[in-house]
Amino acid sequence: MGRTLLKRVGELAAVLLIVSFGTFMLVSLLPNDPAVVILGEGREPAEYEAVREELGLNDPLPVRYLDWLGSAVTGDLGETVVPPVTDVLDRVAAALPVSVELAVLGMGMALLFSIPLAMWSAYRAGGRVDRVISAGAFGVLSVPSFLAGLLIIMVFANQLGWFPRAQWVRLSESIGDNLYHAFLPALVIALAETALFTRILRNDLITTLQEDFILAAKAKGMSARHIMFSDALRPSSFSMITLLGISLGRLIGSTVIVEYLFALPGMGSLVIGAANTGDFTMVQGAVLVIAVIYVLTNLLIDLSYGVLDPRIRRAHV
Amino acid sequence: MSSSSAALQERSGAARETPVLVVDDLRTQIHTPHGDVQAVDGISFTLGRGETLGVVGESGSGKSVLGRTIMGLYTTGPTMTVTGRVLIAGKDVHALSASELRELWGGDVGMVFQDPMTALNPVKKVGVHLTESLRKRRGMNRPQAKARAAELLALVGIPEPRRRLDQYPHELSGGMRQRVVIAMALANEPALLIADEPTTALDVTVQRQILDLLARLQDELGMAIMLISHNLGVVAGRADRVAVMYAGRVVETADAAALFDAPHHPYTEALLEAIPRLHQPPHVRLAAIDGAPPNMVAPPVGCRFAPRCRYAQPDCTEAPPSLDPAMANGVVTPGHSFACYHPVNAGGQ
Ligand SMILES: Nc1ncnc2c1ncn2[C@@H]1O[C@H](COP(=O)(O)OP(=O)(O)O)[C@@H](O)[C@H]1O
Ligand code: SF4
Ligand SMILES: [Mg+2]
Repeated sequence: MGRTLLKRVGELAAVLLIVSFGTFMLVSLLPNDPAVVILGEGREPAEYEAVREELGLNDPLPVRYLDWLGSAVTGDLGETVVPPVTDVLDRVAAALPVSVELAVLGMGMALLFSIPLAMWSAYRAGGRVDRVISAGAFGVLSVPSFLAGLLIIMVFANQLGWFPRAQWVRLSESIGDNLYHAFLPALVIALAETALFTRILRNDLITTLQEDFILAAKAKGMSARHIMFSDALRPSSFSMITLLGISLGRLIGSTVIVEYLFALPGMGSLVIGAANTGDFTMVQGAVLVIAVIYVLTNLLIDLSYGVLDPRIRRAHV
Repeated sequence: MSSSSAALQERSGAARETPVLVVDDLRTQIHTPHGDVQAVDGISFTLGRGETLGVVGESGSGKSVLGRTIMGLYTTGPTMTVTGRVLIAGKDVHALSASELRELWGGDVGMVFQDPMTALNPVKKVGVHLTESLRKRRGMNRPQAKARAAELLALVGIPEPRRRLDQYPHELSGGMRQRVVIAMALANEPALLIADEPTTALDVTVQRQILDLLARLQDELGMAIMLISHNLGVVAGRADRVAVMYAGRVVETADAAALFDAPHHPYTEALLEAIPRLHQPPHVRLAAIDGAPPNMVAPPVGCRFAPRCRYAQPDCTEAPPSLDPAMANGVVTPGHSFACYHPVNAGGQ
């Protein structure tokens, strides 16, 4: 296990290096001239030149990249270019919990909905319940999440008034209030993921249910519920777990639509805002953090395979 | 599992009590996209306490479907239709409610599967396979169930049972895994054990050990065994009676000795010729039966074996032969029946 882990960490470091370089390059291609962003239009060329010199923008690209990476490794992501000038890391630290919470809540809800739905579907595959659930999943997937979000807001916030329409209450302020405010956005995220998870898990469950060990469990007199949860679920969950990892990593950086709909101060809003104003240090820092989280999430998912399947655990020793 | 006269007497005595298993005109039709498969087509027999019935036939002849229909694992539903009756310990299997069925499965009947690789859940420890049914169905607490599980492993001849409980199936050899599967089936001391090709996936020396184990367990626990195999050699010396299946039907059934001595059905004769002999050099191909079993969606009209039968006559393809008692010198041979118009070894007919 230890050696595998070490190997994986090495691979991930390489991935991060590539991603960070990509981000860095991409941001250098932004059309805005940072000097203009900082000083505004209509100054003397020499003034712009001075700012560029100060920011190190006149150094060759590789040197700039290494400088930036060197500080990033020590946790220093620089300061924002656009006023109010603050530490990039502070801004990220404020936005990240919102995104992580939304993603985790959304995924949690999706699992909570999709596991029973998939089981119900697979238990009598081809039956009426299965057909209704499959059609429902297909329907949900075909509705753009923007529209689904608007609909949910209209019904649950505007019409019924059960949940607030916008605003965010930090977890540290009040757990109850925080969950109350996070519920609808998380639901919008969960919707499409539920449909995906249900379909994937249903298919894998149907395959597993044809295995002899399911018949053997039945022949021992175990109940359908026991067989579903205790025998069928774990061996059927690999594709779903993989998908879960990808979704989780992706959502942390890109719950943009939901953040926009509910006016939430998450990572999506942060990156989009910074890109619009040409705040290149902010974009670089935020994207790097998102990449790190993505990579770490996938590492966790990889490790979870070993927990799910003892054969993998041994194979890696 | 012996043919001594004492066993015969014991058996005829057993026959007078309620049989453990009664199968009456059982039919299982499987609905597939290509049409309906009559996988089991009118099978009847009874099995008494302590008795062993060998069910033999080539792959695809319907043995597994028969076993699973008898268990009630296959029953009328969207994908199949079952008619006829199965009584296990007097209970009409296909008339039981879902919860009564679970009780039956956890109690009166146990099943051993062909491939011990796939019959055990790869993500569950050996111990859990055994204790979960003891806890759920027998209401034992964790330590009780664990102790009983270790006992069961010892019973099926697994050394260091306590340690094995904490291992995963993939850490055991094929033979050991099959012992675990048998232990699982025995957990509630069933009156009937259905062993569906219990040794087919194992190598020869292990095969013998597993069959010996089943014989010993039968002596100790007095259960009836339905021993399914594609190989007549496997049931030789293990079964009291043998039923030969072809294309969903029993084509010949007899006491084992009579069947091996003088088979009447050409298919039985061919199966006997196909038994691997120990003195044969390895890797020599057996006298396999020419041709393949029929397409079960549209089986031949008359005798289903006709296209492959070396004794076939024109009348064979007109109507299916019925399973009738064998006669010797004008007298019915007890327990011996076959379905053929032109039987072999039937001088006295
Ligand atoms: N689940 C199933 N769906 C469709 N056909 C099946 C199914 N199970 C068995 N059959 C068919 O029923 C026949 C008998 O199969 P089976 O009982 O498995 O044979 P055996 O155990 O003697 O090798 C075969 O023709 C097989 O194709
Ligand atoms: S009935 Fe005819 S075809 Fe069928 S087994 Fe007998 S001889 Fe062969
Ligand atoms: Mg079979």
